Amino acid sequence: MAIFLTEASKVIVQGMTGSEGTKHTTRMLAGGTAVVGGVNPRKAGTSVDFPGHDGSTVSVPVFGTVAEAVAATGADVSVIFVPPAHTELAVLEAVDAGVPLVVIITEGVPVDDTAQFFTAAQAKGVRLIGPNCPGLISPGKSNVGIIPADIAGPGRIGLVSKSGTLTYQMMYELRDFGFSTAIGIGGDPIIGTTHIDALEAFEADPETEVIVMIGEIGGDAEERAAEFIREHMTKPVVGYVAGFTAPEGKTMGHAGAIVSGSSGTAQAKKDALEAAGVKVGRTPSETAALVREILS
Amino acid sequence: MDLFEYQARDVFEKHGVPVLGGIVATTPEEARDAAVTLGGGTVVVKAQVKTGGRGKAGGVKLAHSPDETAEKAAEILGMDIKGHTVHRVMIAEGAQIDEEYYFSVLLDRAERRYLAMASVEGGMEIEQLAVERPDALAKIPVDPMVGIDDAKAREIVAAAGFAADIADQVVDVIKALWTVYVEEDATLVEVNPLVKTKDGRIVALDGKVTLDTNADFRHPDHAELEDTSETDPLETRAKAADLNYVKLDGAVGIIGNGAGLVMSTLDVVAYAGTAHGGVKPANFLDIGGGASAEVMAAGLDIILSDPQVKAVFVNVFGGITACDAVATGIVQALEILGDHATKPLVVRLDGNNVLEGRRILADAAHPLVTLADTMDGGADKAAELAHAAA
Repeated sequence: MAIFLTEASKVIVQGMTGSEGTKHTTRMLAGGTAVVGGVNPRKAGTSVDFPGHDGSTVSVPVFGTVAEAVAATGADVSVIFVPPAHTELAVLEAVDAGVPLVVIITEGVPVDDTAQFFTAAQAKGVRLIGPNCPGLISPGKSNVGIIPADIAGPGRIGLVSKSGTLTYQMMYELRDFGFSTAIGIGGDPIIGTTHIDALEAFEADPETEVIVMIGEIGGDAEERAAEFIREHMTKPVVGYVAGFTAPEGKTMGHAGAIVSGSSGTAQAKKDALEAAGVKVGRTPSETAALVREILS
Repeated sequence: MDLFEYQARDVFEKHGVPVLGGIVATTPEEARDAAVTLGGGTVVVKAQVKTGGRGKAGGVKLAHSPDETAEKAAEILGMDIKGHTVHRVMIAEGAQIDEEYYFSVLLDRAERRYLAMASVEGGMEIEQLAVERPDALAKIPVDPMVGIDDAKAREIVAAAGFAADIADQVVDVIKALWTVYVEEDATLVEVNPLVKTKDGRIVALDGKVTLDTNADFRHPDHAELEDTSETDPLETRAKAADLNYVKLDGAVGIIGNGAGLVMSTLDVVAYAGTAHGGVKPANFLDIGGGASAEVMAAGLDIILSDPQVKAVFVNVFGGITACDAVATGIVQALEILGDHATKPLVVRLDGNNVLEGRRILADAAHPLVTLADTMDGGADKAAELAHAAA
């Protein structure tokens, strides 16, 4: 087991023939992900050769539409690397084609576009992850997005984070234990999969024994997650929140990372998590130490 | 990006929202001319600052003639309102107000849709109204795929309890404000107060608009709405270099990759600083996943130009970009900067190919560079060096 992504997942890449798409398709294949197709209407019918993980060459077919790719390959995951101006159409195409899991790596998508495609996805029961996220990895099984596959192997920790590099940092700190799934949910004001969605899935996943939840300033997703943890989680959760030193009214890199007035502060999130019985580390290393205590 | 009131007024007018005449002025003479243009009668001189409470601070004054308009403008221009210097005033046509209302539409992050709020009890801060009289504030969810059509506007008007004789007018104003929201890619459109004048017109008297900068690519006209007068000069330079930089007021310059890791680095440096005279981070700077030599040089250049910076902490986790490339970038950046690089650098690298990265930095043996094994250790060392140099 793992959450959302397993060794059976078949992945197509929207934007595979672009520079980012090509780079990360190469990395996903090297990490053992079953990439079964790419989508580009101008290159339909061709195929692209990538180096496989065992030194062989993998030839990945390019389809004109997501629907054709799904019909030909049985793909059940699509990962999107197209530029912000084209992201909405790409997501809607995947949603219409009935792909159950759509992972949107693109940073800089207008929030109105996200609001629209999220509403469409919800109506069809499609899970979106992102936008503005690094994707997710179930080590040893599959890796969709841009998380480096070699930081940590499979294990008992579930990780959910708004931030890509903090995901990498935490996986690195706890690489001796390993992870069931690590998922970067993204730093935009509207995201398809929330901390709560991931917590709920980790709670149900028999391979996951402890969950690390990484949040940051902006919005009230962490406070909501704290409420969920109090009411529904039986597995231990360790938290970390970034942005205690962020000034009010300034966007800190991520579009959603902003303290507005007195709302969205790191302190409020930490307080809410601690009130729900979650141990919250002051630094990434202290957070990792809290996880070690639980697992050893 | 938040707009000034006069910019919001202009955007409202462009989309057919009824507003009163308003002209922006930066000098008392321009204010006098504006009053003449508006007919020479009673006007309101309003400070243009991106913060609330300007009325209480004395930033809004009535004037009954063009000469008095110039006098009031002279009083308000240059005033400090909650740390914001007033560089502009808006000269607004006077109005005979009968009743005050409230309307806004905004992004509801938690529900992942939009939310319209309306009240017939306007004129007070909305946060105060929401707490003291929650029943007086109607909150209506808006489906992003449908928006505020006629039926939704009527639902909002009915929920807020607008009187029947003005309902049709308010419906039209709300639909026009929705047009502003969606056509301009806003995340907030707020009118407080929305008023009924003594002659029965519904008018947006004061507006607040926040635009989604992610949508700038489809709004080339939004670039001219940006105000650089309040922006820190280093932030302006960083923006021109396409760097994600926020100026703070501490002594430890920070460079890292990825927004979350950089925010975390600021926090860890602030904690470490408590043991070193209370030194604090000087900035947020995210050089992104790529972390090339050029970007590293541009980032270091900006941080080293900050006179408050006494030491720099470079904290990079090599993910997509391996540590050897990052290390090479730092060495090249120091070469590019030459004599401009004068402050100590603590570098912590971890992740992909870290040993090779550390070897490159050790071999270069640059006199300003100290290597740190961990993020906590690096933060402590940088705080110590900054405190020693202060």
